[in-house]
Formats: sequence, structure tokens, C-alpha cells
Amino acid sequence: MSQTPSDLKYTREHEWIRLDGNQAEIGITFHAQKSLGDIVYVELPSVGDELEAGEEFGTIESVKAVSSLFSPMSGKVTDINSELADRPETINEDCYDEGWLIRVALSEPDEQDNLLDDEEYDQFVLEETD
Amino acid sequence: MSSTTLNKTPLHDWHLQSGAFMTDFGGWHLPVRYQSDKIEHQAVRETVGLFDVSHMGELLVEGTRAVDLLQYTTCNDISKIPVGAARYNALTTPEGGAWDDLLVYRLAEERYLLVVNAANQDRDFNWLQEQNSQFGASLHNVGSNYALLALQGPLAADVLESISDLSVRDLRYYRFLEGELLGCPVLLSRTGYTASDGFELYLSPQHAETIWTKLLEAGVSFGIKPCGLSARDSLRLEGGLHLYGHELDQDISLYEAGLDWIIKPEKGDFVGKEALLRSRENPQRRLVGFQMQEFGIPRHGFPVLNQEEQTVGSVTSGLLSPTLNTPIGMAYVPTELSKIGSTFLVQVRKRRLAAAVVALPFYHISRST
Repeated sequence: MSQTPSDLKYTREHEWIRLDGNQAEIGITFHAQKSLGDIVYVELPSVGDELEAGEEFGTIESVKAVSSLFSPMSGKVTDINSELADRPETINEDCYDEGWLIRVALSEPDEQDNLLDDEEYDQFVLEETD
Repeated sequence: MSSTTLNKTPLHDWHLQSGAFMTDFGGWHLPVRYQSDKIEHQAVRETVGLFDVSHMGELLVEGTRAVDLLQYTTCNDISKIPVGAARYNALTTPEGGAWDDLLVYRLAEERYLLVVNAANQDRDFNWLQEQNSQFGASLHNVGSNYALLALQGPLAADVLESISDLSVRDLRYYRFLEGELLGCPVLLSRTGYTASDGFELYLSPQHAETIWTKLLEAGVSFGIKPCGLSARDSLRLEGGLHLYGHELDQDISLYEAGLDWIIKPEKGDFVGKEALLRSRENPQRRLVGFQMQEFGIPRHGFPVLNQEEQTVGSVTSGLLSPTLNTPIGMAYVPTELSKIGSTFLVQVRKRRLAAAVVALPFYHISRST
């Protein structure tokens, strides 16, 4: 059974992006949080930072591992999930909603054509983990 | 590597059915965690946890020349191990590094069981076989004869007592007994890799699932959790225990690794002895434990810099300690930075953060046995 919501887009680096016009919310996927394990620390950019598609925008750390965060699309950071500083485990508990990482005002909305839909992402995960 | 080509322990199906997150570790398909790294870690510190560590390799060395082969190829003094006891030891390289670290169990006067790292077992065996041409001991790779379970935590003895008549509580640290557990022959030692009290159980692979399941059932009322490699690693790091490929390697002097307590030059000639004596006279670097003074989580391979911001060493292991809730790590640093209280910088990605040397282990239990 897929844990992957159909209304989001995905990257091969295991981020998701929720598009609403030129606004977007970004997080990591169920598969990503599961392979990381208990998340203990998140390093996020500052509001106002400009990100390019594919650019590293932060770091996420679990007990066991460190993983870089890559921006699915270009834009300016308008909000960060500051709740995660005290409760990084929210990402494990609810990665697609409460566990969002940043919000971005997109500068290149066409870049979404490069992203995966839920079925393509599930297929990618299957191939990667086989 | 595809999971189908990896080695599997006798409990592999159980792990998959339990929904464990699996990984390739040293050529084996093993559980990283069942549910939560932190909960598994905490169980071993506060109640009890059960690990499948059947991937570990076992070598059997027997005969009148067994002691000579092992005295020559390892740095600790084999002759001092009483029958019924185990000792930590290392297979030395001619340069004073380690081909592997291992436990040596003296099963009988002329019979030793070597427990080695999974990823190194073939190299260990081949190296011992080469050296054995001048000794002629009987040497066998017996890894497939054993499953290995580690029952670890302050309530480990309670769990075992609830299902057996073995006198587990009286078993001293690093001693073992051989007996039956629920009708299955078992070698039970008071050993582990977690810095909590606990036992390791060597048994036939055909009995592994029975014993594993029974221990988990018996442990329910004690709060037992099945535990994966992630908890094993965070527990051993809090205990300041070495992990091969991180704190130990073939090009790291065992003396610099802080293992002087297993180096016994007085026992006679052994591989790497001259190099180890030189390294003791003039150590270039030392393994230290450190705590971050500015927040950041140190990780394997992160550079260590001196106050002049020159790279002088590197982190071997690090994490946010689940028990102490603070970032800790181990690192190789120049001797002059290795004293307790010495400070240096750790490069955590783009930032250089202050750290201070602290005494190892980070977490210490008091043993009554």
C-alpha cells in the first residue's frame, strides 16, 4: 500500500512539494523519514533566502545518519517550520503535514515539469531499494 | 547490492515480517531498527533489548599449537585466559594495526573460539591460515554453525531466569557457561557491545527462532524490545567501544587507538610487536572522546582543526547521545590535543564548532559481578 499522497510532487532526493499557485510547501517523504529513523535535528534556511532548484537548503539528522535537503524548485523562502527546532520527531510522526520544512514563493513555476508524480516516485523508490 | 545476494541470518524472515527497516551491513541483510532507534536504545539502558547478531563470524582454533598460533597473531596474552572466560583482543598487522578486533573464548585447555567482525571474517581466516603454516594448529571457519543473540540491559538476567534454571545471575562479566535453554544447547556469556549489563547466546541456527521468540515472549513483562544495528551503534558509542572501520583499522596503531590494555609485549614475540613498541614511544595521534561545546552533531569523517584552524585530525564516530542528550564523538587528534579538557574545532559542514576532550566512556555502568 502506498504511503505517497497523490496531490504532491516528488524529487529523486526524497523531498515532496505541495503546489498552490506560485506558493509551495516542501518536506521529506515517508520513505525518507523511515530510512533516516528517529530525527533529532533539522537545519533550515532563513526566511528571505533565495533557493535554486536542486540547491542544498538544509540538513536533517537522525540518531544514525545525516541527510542533505535539496530544493525541488527555485524561489524565495517565505516561512520555515520553527516548531521543528523543539520537536524534530514531528517529521517522523506526520511527514506530509505537520512535519513540513519550508514554504517558498516560486520564481520558476515551470520547473514542476521536472518533478515526479506519486506513482513515478513509488516506482523510483522500488527501483532504488531493490 | 541487491538484497537477494546478501547473507541472511536464521532470523531474516522474522525481521522482514516484523517490518524492520533493513540494510546491507558487511555483506549481510540486517535490521537497522524495528520501530524507533531511540526507544530501542532506551530499552537497553533501562530495561532490556534483544539483538540478532548472527552475522558475527566464528573461528575455532584447536590443538596443542592453538595457543602458539594465537599468541603470535594477537596482541593480548592468550595464556592468561582461564577456561570458561573470554577476552577482548585484536589480530595485529605487522605495522601494529588491526586486521580485526575480536573476542577469544577459551572453551577448553586447547580449544578457542574467536568471534570476529562479519566483514573481516574471510580475511581473518586467510591470514590465520597463512600464519598457521609455522604452527599447525587446527583452524576452522565455523560461522555457519552459530546463531548469536545478544540480550542486553539491566533486566537481561531477569528475562533469562524466568525461562531457565541456568545460574545466570552468578555468571561473572566476561565468563561463560554451557548448558541448555528450553532444551536447546547454548553457550551463554556475560558479554556485550552496549555498555549495559547483558548476555550473548551462541546457539545452533536451527534453534535461533525458537529462542528468539521465547526470549521476546518472556521479556514482555520486563519491557523488552527487539533492537537493530542503529541502537547497537549508539549504545556502543556511548560506551566508548571501538568499531572496526571507524576507531580501528589496519593502518591505525592499536596503541594510538587507546587499546594499550590489550597490548602485552611481555608475553613474547607477536606480529606487529616492534611497530607497537615504537608507536608507544612516539605516538603521532591518539583516539579521544569529545563533547561539543557549541551545538552541532559530529559525524564520521568530519575534520578536526586546532585553534589555528589547521586540519589536524578527524572524527571517527559521532551522534546526539540518546542517553546524555548531548552531541558526543570520538576522533583521532595529535597527542598534544588529547588530554582531557583540551579543546579543538570540529568542522560540521560549513561551521567550525568548539569541542572538548572528555574521559571515555561517555556512559558507564557500575558492575557488581
